[in-house]
Amino acid sequence: MFSSGSGNTVIKSKLISRRMFLLSVSKAIVVVGVLGRLITLQINESSKYKTLSDKNRFREWKLAPERGVIKDFFNQEIASNKQVYQIHLIPENTQSIEETFFRLKTILKISDSKIFSLKKKIAKQKPWEPIIISDNLNWSEFSRINLFLHELQGVEPIVSVARLYKDNSSAHILGYVSQVSAKDLKNKKYLKDMSVPGMAVGKTGLERRLDKEIIGEVGFQRYEVNAYGKRIKQIKVDPGTAGKSFKTTLDLEVQKYTSEILADKAASVCVMDIYNGDIISLVSSPSYDPNAFVHGVEQSYWNSLVSNERKPLINKAVSGLYPPGSTIKTLVALSALENKVIRPLDTVKCTGKIELFGEKFHCWKKKGHGIMNMRSGIKRSCDVYFYEVARRLGVDRLSETAKKFGLGKRVLQDFVEERSGVVPSTSWKKKYVGQNWYLGETLHSGIGQGYFQSTPIQLCLMTAQIANGGFEIKPRILFDKTKNNLKDYLKFKNENPGQPLPADLLVSNFDLKPLFKNQENIKIVKDAMYSSSNEPGGTSYRSRLEDKRFTFAGKTGSSQIRKFTEAQREAEVKQEQLKYKNRDHALFIAFAPVSDPKYAISVVVEHGGTGSKAAAPIAKKVIKKVLERHDLRQSIKNLSGDSI
Amino acid sequence: MFQPRSIQSSLSIKDKLFSIDYVLVVSILILGITSMFAMYSTDGGEFKYHTESHILRFFVFFFMFIILSFVQIRFWHSTSYLIYFVFLILLIGVKYFGLTSSGSQRWLNFYFMNLQPSELMKIGLILFLAKYYHRVPIESINKMKFLFLPIFVLIFPVLLVVMQPDLGTAILIGLGGVVVAWLAGVRAKFFAYSFLFFIALLPLAISFLKPYQKARILTFLNPEKDPLGAGYQIIQSKIAIGSGGLFGKGFLNGSQSYLDYLPEKHTDFIFTLFSEEFGFFGSVFILLLYGLIVSRIVRIGNMTRSNFGKLYCYSFATAFFIYVVVNMGMVLGLLPIVGSPLPIMSYGGSSMMAIMLGLGITMSCKVYKDMPVN
Repeated sequence: MFSSGSGNTVIKSKLISRRMFLLSVSKAIVVVGVLGRLITLQINESSKYKTLSDKNRFREWKLAPERGVIKDFFNQEIASNKQVYQIHLIPENTQSIEETFFRLKTILKISDSKIFSLKKKIAKQKPWEPIIISDNLNWSEFSRINLFLHELQGVEPIVSVARLYKDNSSAHILGYVSQVSAKDLKNKKYLKDMSVPGMAVGKTGLERRLDKEIIGEVGFQRYEVNAYGKRIKQIKVDPGTAGKSFKTTLDLEVQKYTSEILADKAASVCVMDIYNGDIISLVSSPSYDPNAFVHGVEQSYWNSLVSNERKPLINKAVSGLYPPGSTIKTLVALSALENKVIRPLDTVKCTGKIELFGEKFHCWKKKGHGIMNMRSGIKRSCDVYFYEVARRLGVDRLSETAKKFGLGKRVLQDFVEERSGVVPSTSWKKKYVGQNWYLGETLHSGIGQGYFQSTPIQLCLMTAQIANGGFEIKPRILFDKTKNNLKDYLKFKNENPGQPLPADLLVSNFDLKPLFKNQENIKIVKDAMYSSSNEPGGTSYRSRLEDKRFTFAGKTGSSQIRKFTEAQREAEVKQEQLKYKNRDHALFIAFAPVSDPKYAISVVVEHGGTGSKAAAPIAKKVIKKVLERHDLRQSIKNLSGDSI
Repeated sequence: MFQPRSIQSSLSIKDKLFSIDYVLVVSILILGITSMFAMYSTDGGEFKYHTESHILRFFVFFFMFIILSFVQIRFWHSTSYLIYFVFLILLIGVKYFGLTSSGSQRWLNFYFMNLQPSELMKIGLILFLAKYYHRVPIESINKMKFLFLPIFVLIFPVLLVVMQPDLGTAILIGLGGVVVAWLAGVRAKFFAYSFLFFIALLPLAISFLKPYQKARILTFLNPEKDPLGAGYQIIQSKIAIGSGGLFGKGFLNGSQSYLDYLPEKHTDFIFTLFSEEFGFFGSVFILLLYGLIVSRIVRIGNMTRSNFGKLYCYSFATAFFIYVVVNMGMVLGLLPIVGSPLPIMSYGGSSMMAIMLGLGITMSCKVYKDMPVN
């Protein structure tokens, strides 16, 4: 059966060869297929795979850039940076997250709840992305970590840079920075590629306003990593670009001084250069420690801030709304003069109250002031005189003047938290209250009560624009060399009346806008303010500064929180006898020095009582300080190349 | 064929040396040396670990190949069944004494090496069937009763290997056997029926697959579905080959490899590494080298007179070709990952031993090309 003849063998051999031929053909086809695949991968799609290979190879760790500093007018840093010691953890480099945390707990003080939230965060991100375990260690903790580092795989000690605010005086203007929140990422487009652990963004104040430019550009470290994520070698480091630094118009010395004076009062002070609108000082009190927010605010501190009835978190200078009270009388008088409804020497008799439209209107002085004209009406802040002026003027003309001088709209564009206040008029009431205007309300408006709402910075601007002779200025808090030649212009005009302007005063961006019809009227109001502060019987006479260099002209005000009842009025209840919450706000506005006005100031003390007792003394101290530093400030101003 | 037996059996040493196919020998040497460079690169430029033992193995088995070349073809013919049975017993031994590694029981521990009998079975089955079909008269080949034995000797070792489990090797053993039967003249119809039968059995077979084997097949169908899991190997392999481009990243510069993105780079994915470092030209060089080797084996088959020799050489050449193509198809993403080494290039003693044994028998077909086997 198995024997095979030679013939058979030959046939068989031929069959085998035939079949082998078929196999060889199919082999050739297969080889072409393999070759084709090689061509596709290595030639046609090579660049795609090269990219993929690099994506494998390189991994980048972003570096948080250094935030730009914020300086005052004298180049003192008011928001600076400091070195901080942090520990970061790269989850994939640890052998066991649990063990690492356990070990860390024995070395540092980390609460269980913190560990819990860290673990939750780790679960959400990529295993090679570092997470910050602790971002502000003291030196002893940091060195302890370094000592035990060999047992802490995946833990990295990092020396980083964080925000430092040297004192709290400017907390409200600067605002604070804190960790990027999900909301920030959604709302702020410039943060899109900046998700770096430890990155802080401005949350309020200038930090928020300048955030886009001050934050800097994110750097990176590029490493070659192996398949297990282990860094093999560093390929490239880009430390990023530090953010732009900014110079403000503030004077840190004045800020500190003012803030000490205000201490724990719920108050605010605003000082402004009356010619260029530079804000010298803007203090809101009580303050808070902005450093507490940099690394995430502690709950207890936050609660104490929120529950404090003096509202330390609010920037009262721009967000606090107060009826302007008697400080508005300057504008009421001006408006009346401009509209020729009264002459300066026209008199009104004050008997302590008048009855109009079936309602009783009281003067703050129960016995009355007697015969009042405009100068004495302002000097002694006679309400009855101004009831009469307001009655003649009408609310709409008053409203027009008040708006012209800066009330009812935001003064700075820098703070989202700034509020615009209210300048009432008949149409305003119709629109927002939905009712017709009552004549009685005109009288309340005439003494800055009723619907009137203003911020301290608005009152300061109003005062400044009266003080500079009635010209519009644009207040600013960021230093800007340009647009400050109003003073030069006025000086030239005074010295060379009737002559054409020299070319350097005709710069295109300088728009001189008078707010008056007759400048004489401004002078009358200024003179009345002088008498109020410097002549016996003036409401702020007691706070006067006799030194000619510092003499100021001001106007007191107190805005009622609630109306006095007849009974209280009869009993002559003093402000000090009322509950804190029910006391009047004390206001004071002024400009100084009288001989050659340079600065305007507004002071508001919440529930401080009367302007003359609570606010004027503060203004007196601050004005002196500001004027003492005036020459120094001028010398800085003349330095060239000082533009940041 | 009509030469007296004495002439063939009394070849002088000189004759024997002259009749060796030096082109084949040199090709194998070049491939071996190339593989050493590749292996050196897998260890990131270290001789220790893989390179050292790979070089040792290559030369030991290369020497074995040369020695075996001088064993008479008659000997291989007469011991074919015996060799098959020895390998089969070893394979059965694996089931009882085998070493288990990564979930698969494949190796027998001899004190000098861990032997993987399934690799040897690739040659053993070809030898067995070559002899069988050499002896079956041509008119009987397609008779039913002559089909039972080949089916049995094919299925039995394949099942043993499937159960290890080692699907890749099992398929390669089976394919080797099928090739011999095809060459011997078993009707195409029979293969078609078997194929249909196999397809019909597939659902049943799949239910026996281990979860990881199922995952591999699914992964092959869509590797991007799970890029960090089951699809990882194939994606990383394609990235490595593709990023090699025309000229490659340079020797020892294959980033996919030295950064450990490439899995199994010493064994199944050695071609990937080579391709990444030497680019398209390197890949084509390897492909040509294998092509040359296969065609030389086929040429020996053409020259050898006995049908046993022809069947053996053609089958071995085809099986060798299949090993190469399956491995390349796998790393190029054309076939599922089934774990099959690249002959001579891949790290692994048993595979090297089996290939060198196969080549040795081939070469003895060349040296004794005119010797009748019975």
